[in-house]
Amino acid sequence: MSMRTLPLVFINLGGEMLYILDQRLQAQNTSEDNSEKVMNDIVGTMFSKSFMDELLKPQQLYSHRTMKTVLTRLAHTSIMRLNPASMDRLYELMVMAFKYQVFLCPRPKDLLLISYNHIDTIREFVKDTPAVLNQVEETHRKIIEVLLRVSLFLKNKVQNPNGRFALGTSGPVPYKTDVPGLIRAFDRKGREVRRHEFPTGGSYSSPLRVGSFDLHGDRVIRLGLNMYVSYFIHVHGVQSQTDNTPNLLAKEELNLLARLMGSMKAEHTPNTETVFRINLFTTDAEEEEAGASGGTEESLFGVINIQAMQDEQAATELARIAGQFMEQDEPVENPSSSKGDDLLAMMDDLS
Amino acid sequence: MYHKEKSIQIKNSASALYNNLGVLRIAPRRLTYFTVVHANVVNMVSASWDGLNYSHRQLQSKEPNVATSTSLIMQAAFCVLPSRDLLVVTSQKGIQMYESDGSIMVYWHALDTPETPTAQAVFARGISAVWENYICVGVSSGAILVFDVPSKGSNITLSEVVEEHKEPITDIASECSGSQECIADMVSADDGGNLCVWKSGEEFQLLNKIPGFDMSCSSVKLWKGTVAAGYGTGQIRLYEAVTGILHVEINAHARWIYSLDIAPFSGLLLSAAEDSLVRVWHLTLTPETNTVEVAHLHNECVTDTQICGAKFCDGDGYAFAVTGYDLSEIIRYTQT
Repeated sequence: MSMRTLPLVFINLGGEMLYILDQRLQAQNTSEDNSEKVMNDIVGTMFSKSFMDELLKPQQLYSHRTMKTVLTRLAHTSIMRLNPASMDRLYELMVMAFKYQVFLCPRPKDLLLISYNHIDTIREFVKDTPAVLNQVEETHRKIIEVLLRVSLFLKNKVQNPNGRFALGTSGPVPYKTDVPGLIRAFDRKGREVRRHEFPTGGSYSSPLRVGSFDLHGDRVIRLGLNMYVSYFIHVHGVQSQTDNTPNLLAKEELNLLARLMGSMKAEHTPNTETVFRINLFTTDAEEEEAGASGGTEESLFGVINIQAMQDEQAATELARIAGQFMEQDEPVENPSSSKGDDLLAMMDDLS
Repeated sequence: MYHKEKSIQIKNSASALYNNLGVLRIAPRRLTYFTVVHANVVNMVSASWDGLNYSHRQLQSKEPNVATSTSLIMQAAFCVLPSRDLLVVTSQKGIQMYESDGSIMVYWHALDTPETPTAQAVFARGISAVWENYICVGVSSGAILVFDVPSKGSNITLSEVVEEHKEPITDIASECSGSQECIADMVSADDGGNLCVWKSGEEFQLLNKIPGFDMSCSSVKLWKGTVAAGYGTGQIRLYEAVTGILHVEINAHARWIYSLDIAPFSGLLLSAAEDSLVRVWHLTLTPETNTVEVAHLHNECVTDTQICGAKFCDGDGYAFAVTGYDLSEIIRYTQT
């Protein structure tokens, strides 16, 4: 089990988010300038040095709650705005896509190839902005250095009991796996003395060639590529259960959140005149309906205008946000931690 | 050969962990207990043999005297000793031992956790009852903790720590508990695919080391001096425990194997993998020639499911149960 999987989760989820946003921007006929600006802003923040350095520290994966908050914050570093219903929908789609990729991932090391597919496509999105492109390449290099030895990824992070992905019993086996169907017996000297076959109940074939783990190359695996480009996908609203179980690691997660938010640059504060709204649903009416019908009860935030400020201001702001989290989500069975806990005090205690 | 029976619904789905199904058959009360791990919770079901009564219980990974804990559980398994049965739960924080019905926690052992997180996570995994009075539990450092269990009460003590593996332990298995004498009575496996064969006692003795091939061995079983090991490549290998000689190699599955089980009275072997298939094999040992033969008997496809636990429900292999990732049920099969 590795403590270095958070950056991979983040890149893959972030990548899926960009694919979906790109598709929606096109579907809404957003101007090319605005689209490019949105992509550059988000990618720039995602791959910023300080942000990535924070993610690359060995640590546990955190809950959906934290992931969602960070990704929402990320989406809003651009001039684009998503209302809570659309944000919920976006998050559900992202998680579902990533879960699909992890589920079908042939062997653990291929998760890196899936991540590289995302990074390769992200490069394409920002290829006209050298500054941002550079950041992506830098991060890619750093990841290759740090993560090539991640050997196993646990699926507990993306667990969600809705819908089953199709898992075929045919096709190529992963690299280094033998095609099932053969039983071989050996003598005491190691010589093969007998072999016979058994029916596998599937139709498997030899593995494909290995994908490239370099900075550039043919990844071979199709998982992680932008599946929204060639056709418009009408995805039915998947009402996934946002993690309602009391999050007993709340304090530590808020700590991580504080560090991550603190490292998002202030210059991404948008000029309010140029903001525009993006809708994850097909019509505005649908979006409103989804918002009213219960998505918002489960969303963790109302309208919060977050400005990335430094130091004490950030901490005070975070304390206010933390206060909102604690009020809504503090579990009843947890009487020992009082509801009005000051985030600053908690952070002092933990350091 | 087998047909599907009515499934048992459980409260949460099964996590994608190796050997994620515990089964304990309680003949005098005509009950079977099942355990399935989901994140930081163990779902326990007690099922009556007539199929009429099911009772559920949930156990949390929890340190005593600590109000809250969310350490992830890596494995839950029943340990059958001559004098008593215990349920052992291993997590990122430590090892809990309960009475077999999950009613009372009788022992807690905390793992040493480093001050700052390192690249390798800390956890306990790999559980087995050994001989008459030991319970062995593996740790992510590769060490195996040997606990001495009295026939009654909670005076369980850590008797020894054996350090031979260098990678996280994945599974531990044993045979000959209580009655017969065996040369080797325990085998342990790790994430690098390495196997260690042991003789239990006041001081555990390492009898043999069988090197891996840089591929995790997720599940291991010991039967009549033969080690059955399942690997991430989908291969099953049968070794002679004491000598390490490879008897048989089966290209069994197209994806990572998550669980192996052996029915000791009949020699049936059960294998389950991420490729959605459960396979039943028959092992024949010929002591005179010291050979092992394997025959394939049956396949069951659990459509679109990555299987994470599969166990026989009885010593003859008359019935077996299966759990799958994201599946909130225990699927059962019985011989026709």
